[in-house]
This record gives sequence, C-alpha cells and structure tokens, in this order.
Amino acid sequence: MRSMSPPRPLRLTLNDRPVETSCPNERILLDLLREDLNLTGTKRGCDLGTCGCCTVWIDGRATLSCLTLARSTEGHSVTTIEGVSPATGLNPVQKAFVERGATQCGFCTPGFIMTATALLRDHPHPSRSEITEAIAGNLCRCTGYTKIIEAIESAASGDR
Amino acid sequence: MSTADASPKFRLLGGRIPYVEGPLKVTGRAEYTDDIKRPGMLYGGLLRSPWPHARLVSIDVSSARSLPGVYAVLTGEKYPTPFGVLPITHDETAIAVGKARYIGDIIAAVAATDERTAELAMAAIRVEVEPLPEYADPQTGLAPVTEPIHARGLAGTNIQKEVVQHFGDVDAAFAQASHTVRVRGTFAGVTHAFTEPMATIAESTPDGRLTVWSATQVPHYLHRALSEVLGIPMHRIRVIKPEVGGGFGGKSDPLPHEIACAALALETGRPVKIRFDREDVFLTNHGRHPTQNDVRIAADSEGHLSAYDIQAVLDGGAWSSFGTVTTYYNGVLAMGPYRVPNFRYRGRRVYTNKPPSGAMRAHGGTNIRYSVEVALDELAESIGLDPFVLRERNALPPNSTTVNQLRITSTSFRQCLDASRVRSGWADKFRRLPFGEGIGLGCGFYISGSNSPIHFTPKMPQCTVHLKVDMDGGIAVHSMQADIGQGSNTLLAAIVAEVLGVDLDRVHVVRVDSDISPVDIGSYSSRVTFMMGNAARRAAEELLATLLRAASELCGYPVDQLAVERERYVPRHRPEVAVSFMDALHKAMEKVGALTATGAYSSPPMGGTFKGARAGTAPAYSFAAYVAQVRVDAETGEYHVGTIWAAFDCGRPLNRLAVEGQIEGSIHMGLGQLMGETMSYRSTRLMNPSLLEYKIPAPQQMPRVECLLVGQDDPEGPFGAKEAGEGPLVATLPAVANALYDAIGVRFHELPITPDRVVRGIEQRRKEGRPWKGA
Ligand code: FES
Ligand code: FES
Repeated sequence: MRSMSPPRPLRLTLNDRPVETSCPNERILLDLLREDLNLTGTKRGCDLGTCGCCTVWIDGRATLSCLTLARSTEGHSVTTIEGVSPATGLNPVQKAFVERGATQCGFCTPGFIMTATALLRDHPHPSRSEITEAIAGNLCRCTGYTKIIEAIESAASGDR
Repeated sequence: MSTADASPKFRLLGGRIPYVEGPLKVTGRAEYTDDIKRPGMLYGGLLRSPWPHARLVSIDVSSARSLPGVYAVLTGEKYPTPFGVLPITHDETAIAVGKARYIGDIIAAVAATDERTAELAMAAIRVEVEPLPEYADPQTGLAPVTEPIHARGLAGTNIQKEVVQHFGDVDAAFAQASHTVRVRGTFAGVTHAFTEPMATIAESTPDGRLTVWSATQVPHYLHRALSEVLGIPMHRIRVIKPEVGGGFGGKSDPLPHEIACAALALETGRPVKIRFDREDVFLTNHGRHPTQNDVRIAADSEGHLSAYDIQAVLDGGAWSSFGTVTTYYNGVLAMGPYRVPNFRYRGRRVYTNKPPSGAMRAHGGTNIRYSVEVALDELAESIGLDPFVLRERNALPPNSTTVNQLRITSTSFRQCLDASRVRSGWADKFRRLPFGEGIGLGCGFYISGSNSPIHFTPKMPQCTVHLKVDMDGGIAVHSMQADIGQGSNTLLAAIVAEVLGVDLDRVHVVRVDSDISPVDIGSYSSRVTFMMGNAARRAAEELLATLLRAASELCGYPVDQLAVERERYVPRHRPEVAVSFMDALHKAMEKVGALTATGAYSSPPMGGTFKGARAGTAPAYSFAAYVAQVRVDAETGEYHVGTIWAAFDCGRPLNRLAVEGQIEGSIHMGLGQLMGETMSYRSTRLMNPSLLEYKIPAPQQMPRVECLLVGQDDPEGPFGAKEAGEGPLVATLPAVANALYDAIGVRFHELPITPDRVVRGIEQRRKEGRPWKGA
C-alpha cells in the first residue's frame, strides 16, 4: 500500500462556478465531491461502477464519479445533484419523482435524477425503451423501477 | 375495485400521498449516516478473517498501534459480552473472541485519522491461528462434528435450533388421502442488496454519554445491545437514526460493526466513523437462508386439504441472528391462507462457516410458500381441478383459527382470488396459450406485525407515539419506528393530520433519536403500519379531544356537536361560529402551554400454550393471490414475465402510492430470487460479493404490475389497515413458477430458475417423450 502523492492544484467548473481546489493525483472524483467539498448529495453505493448512485455530469454527460479520477476533470465542467436542484423548489424531474412516489429509501435517487435529467435534456420525448435503456446503469432495490419510469415519462410529457 | 373507496370519507388516508421526505431525497439533501461528519472524526477499519474457521492463537497489534495516525487497535477481549437480536441466542461478539467463524468475521478494529491509515494499520496486525475444520454444508452439521462452530450447538452438532410440532394426526390423514403430492425444494441464499452500505458514527463525550448514528432499522435493539456489550446504562447512550437507504431486514439486527465503532469511540475519546464497502455488506449478509425443504400434502378426491407434513433444513451461517424465528416460520407460515386440519413440522437450522443468514423481506415465509404453492399446483393437476378452484375450496374463512392456533380475523383472500382470476383473463388462458406461453397462480399470506415483541423486559407497549404542539401550530411527532424508505413517516404524519383535521404540512415527524423518541421496536415483521398506526391514531385522538374541549368553550357548543373539518372545528348547522385549529390550540394552551399527547399499542393476547406457540401469531395477516403470465424462449431458456396481476389484501390501503410501491418493489425482489440471484459459495467462500456478480433484475426484466387492492377493513387495524411491506413478495415466486409450468410443462423445485435449468427441463421432458401442448 503506497501513500498518496502530494496534493496538486485542480481547477474545474463545479455546478456552474469556477472552483480551485487541490488533491492528490489518485483522488477519485466521488471522494473529492463528498469528502473534500462536502457535496454529499452524490451517493456512494459500491465504489465499483455497478450501482449508479454516484452519477454526476461531466460536461453535461452522465458519468460515474466513483470511476473518475478527480484530476481528469481539470478544465471541465462537473455538475452534481446540488447543481440541478433549484435554490427553492424542485425541477420538473424532481417534482415528478416526488409526486409519483419514485423515491422510496432515496439512496439511488440523486443518481436517477442526474441520469433522467440528462436524458430528457437530450431526448425530450423518449420512448419507454429509451428510458429503460438510459437507466440501465442505475440500480434501485426499492421501487422495482415502475414508478421511476412513470415519473420520467410524466416529466417528459409535462403532465403532472 | 376496492371496498376502501366507500365510506368513511377521509381527506388524506386512502389517497396517494407523496412521501414527506421526497423533496429532500430528490435533491440529495436527505442526510444518511455517511453524509455526517463530526469535528475531529476518526475512521474505523475492520480486519476480517480470511479463515473460515480458526482458533485465534495470538493477535499482535503492537506495530499497528505504533503507526503514525493510528489512535486505537482493539481485539475481542476488551468487550467479550455476547449479544444478538434475540435474547435467547446471544452468540455474537463485537469482535471475535477465541475463534473466527467465517471468512469475513471481524477479528480486530482500528481507529485512525483516515481510512488509508486504518488499512495500513490492519496490514500491520499479525494474527496467528490454528485452522479448524470448516463446515459448508448444513447436512454435515446435523450429526455430531469434531469442532462445533458454537459450544451451544445441539449435542455436539452444529444444529442451532430444532423445532418439532405436530397438530392433529398427519399419518392417519395421509393413510386416508386419495391424493398426495411431494415437493422437495432447494433454495440458494439471497441477500437484501439495499443500495446504502451500512455506516455508523459513534462519539463519546466528557459528560459520560455516548452518541451513535447508524443506518439501522431497529434503533431500539441497537440501543440495548450497545448498553449490554459496552456496560453503559441505556440512559447514557443516545441512538440516532439518520435517513436509511433501504434495509429489507438486513439492518434489523444490532450488528458487530456498530458496537465495534462505539468501542473505538470510547477508546479514543474521538468521534469514529465506520462505513462499509460493498464487500463488507455482502459479508455481513443476514440474508435469506439457503434452504432445503420437503413438503408433503394430502387431500381428498375433491381437493380438500387434509394434511401438511413439512421438513426444512436451513443454513444459518456463523451466527444465530433471527434464526430461531426463521426456523419456526419455515413451518408455521405454511398454515395460511388455507384450512389444513393436520400439520407436522420438523425444522432445523444449522450453523455453517458462512456469512450469517437472518431476516430478509417476507422472512421465513418465502421459501416454504414457494414449495407449498407449487405443490398445490401439482395437486390441482393430479385431481383435475383448476388451481383457483382448489384454493377456493380450502380458503380460510374470516374469524377462524388454524390448527396451530393462529388467529385469523379479517381475510379478503377470496376477493383476491376473484380479482386476479377475472383481471388476468384466466379462463381463456390457462392451459390454452401456445407452447412457451403460460399463466400461473401463486398465493400468500403474511404476518402484519409479530404479536410477540422480541424483548419482554420491562413490560411495555410494542409502540408509543408522542405528539407535541406549541403556539406556532406545528405538530411534532416523536416515534422510534424507523422509516427506511417504506413511507412510515408519511403514514404517521397523515394519520395525525387526518385525525386532527389539519394540513399535512403542519405535521413534522422528528428524526429518530432515543433522547426524545419513545420506544418502538422498529421496522421489521411488517409491524409498523398496524402498530404505529394504531398508536398514532390514539395519540392524535387524545390531542383532538383537548382541542375540541377548547373549541367548545370558544363557540359554546358541546364537544359532541363539533365536526372536524379542514383546519377547523365546526358546530353542526352553525358553520359561521366555527373555531379554527389555531384558535382552539391557543385556547387550550392558556393554562398548560404546549400541548402533548401519547398513544400506545400492545397487541392482544393470542396463540396457543404449546412450546413455540407465539411464533407466527400476529394481530392480523395480509393475503395475496397473484397471477403471472410468462413467455419462454425454449431455445435459450430465457423467459420474461409480462404481467403480474397482484391481488392483495392489506385491509384498507392508507397510502395507495406506498402500497403500490411496496408491491412493485416486492415483485422485483421476488423475481430476483426466482430468476437468478444467488449467494454463490465455493465451500465457505462467498464468490460474488459485488453488485456486478450478484445481479438484481434490470428494469427491462420488470413485468407490468397491476395492483388489485381488494382488502376489506381489518377490525383492529388503524382505519382498517394491515401490512403491505412483505406479504406482497411471497406470492410472486410460485405464481411465476406455476406459469412456467403452464408454458413448458416443467416443474422447478430448485431456485433460482436460471435459463440453463429451463433448457435442461425442456430437454428432459422431450427425452421422456412427454410432449406439452403439442411441443
Ligand atoms: S458508487 Fe459509483 S457506481 Fe456505485
Ligand atoms: S429508492 Fe431505495 S434504492 Fe431506489
């Protein structure tokens, strides 16, 4: 077991604001967010790229932060669940998740919100199979996905 | 469809009530244990045994202790007091004492400035062991062994618990039976796979108090275990339950790491956090027992059931956990939803050197119901009866008692059968779909809260709810029930708001904190809606009585003429002198200040007087009749469940959103066990401790679920409600298995039903020259 390399400065755009921080080269993005920057909305479910709880956007693309070196975001734009949540109230996808009961224990939810919000931004009217395809990397053990899919559909159609 | 749509009229209950903490969860603002940081916090690491069974000869921690950044290294001797969720089977320790009993058993705990340093320290611990024989197969442990895993095993064996019960005369019933069937079931172990890994923070402070935040379903049992093992009185320990990311039974035992974390906090005087990685979660397990059962059923020529003769051998893993209860449940939870006059059961739970088995959603009922419901399908076929007719002929009526003295009050099982038969179009499909397509029926029942609390001292209610309302008009609800995602906080708030007539946003369910929350024995055995619901209703009614007296004083009309309306109390025919909630509140507060109220629930006495009579007794039971429709690809063995018509009797559904959510989630979990989930072992070593290798069903595998909520009011349930958290799982598995039979003519007695087993089954049938539906 080797000790970490010395911290080096890291500049990125985080939730639309420039951030200057520093971390060792080995720092994982999820740890940088949760441990160093106290952005705890992004969840750690496995650390192995299998659950999707840690989903964030890098330059707008849904990405697993547990498989991403913080260093690789140098000069890029990272968006977390905190960055898609309005200062007050909820965005349409969040609203649909609440109203449709798509969040039970909620631990998977930030990851789903990130995935679903990116999906609807790129495909405002996805088919059911596009939705299931898009969320295939996000595990939920509580809902059986039924109400999650319903929520995404209702957010897409705007009928809530 | 539901009788609950009829009167009485509720403002909230019976509707679709979004979860009160939903907005926090969708924004990432809900606080889980690992989201909490305390000033000066250290990180704990747990050294796990690489040996399945070994005597610990020596553990040298000196070089680990002297590493920079290491604050404490603990081994088992410091806190050797055994504990366990059941008071009768305390066989766990926070850290192993004397022996390691499975690969993953905790043999030392470290506190350091960060997790990396803790890992370095663990690598520096030198452990000398004497390997002992390893026991992987529970069958081996049924006879005396050279080195029993626990000294408390039965007569030199590894048997942790043996249950023998006999009601009526089973042998005579079989001798007279015109039809008998036998199913020998084999079930792989499965695990909860909740998304939030366990995490605990403990902090001991100079005022002599210990505070523990933990991802637990049962804060009260953790509270007790901490006190017993650490030797600190309960009143100096404070247990806080942050948001919990799923449990399904896996966070219902007090767990060794929680106590080890507290021990490290005591040792260092600093806050300590232990958080699990996914492998830790798998090794902690407490999932469904790997099971072998043997079910014989006797019936007369018209399909009236006359006897069950059941045996089960359960692989308990290294500890007792809930195992004594599991052993009983694997027999007694066969005893509904049908009338069975003769019943014999022998169940044995055996220790092995594997991660402990414990309670998992539909605890103790899932595997036995699978074998029974598949056997009934075979029985119906052999008699030439429609599976629905067989069930109808034997359905337990309301207000009846089973031969083993389970008290059945409400049951809408017949309504469940009607609903799923009609909605599924059964008559046009059963045995009429082409080869490869099939439809099947599976039924279930489940306890709505265990009648017997695990702890009996002191004697107290199973559940207490406190309400407090001050001049601001906000109602704080205190209760130690644990919302782990099932929506119990929402239900609690809705019941209080419903009774008082106030808007939901006035009600705030305070986070579980043993300093302020009255004891409730937590979220397991599907007890919360029934027990907490009753307690909450009583507390709210007490508060309402106070408010109505004040309103009566203000408006001059007697209390019995006041109706509760939204945010006001209204004299009959005189709405113009209605008293608002706030005015009534302020009047009531004049002499006493803030108002408080209490409600409690204790289940009524029930059950027989024989040994083990309490097992399976519950103040009510849920019932289910599910029909599944499947399509099988005979070439690959892949199959897809298209629809499940889930007719379920939870009494009156109080929050339809939550009931549907429980049914859909249960079906997903049940399908996981049926279709592929397996705790896969090479001897005692768990080979798939990750969510990559332990696969839960993907969204594409979920069927369309039609929830048919046909329950009628339960006489004792809060507003007529019963459980919906676990019962919805059990019927899933046999419904699909019976549908597979209808599709391809193959019976499956071993789970999971993987595609290769499907292909082999089809080939076997062809080889035997027994075509099915012409194929
Ligand atoms: S924590 Fe990143 S995928 Fe699970
Ligand atoms: S809501 Fe619990 S894992 Fe998805």
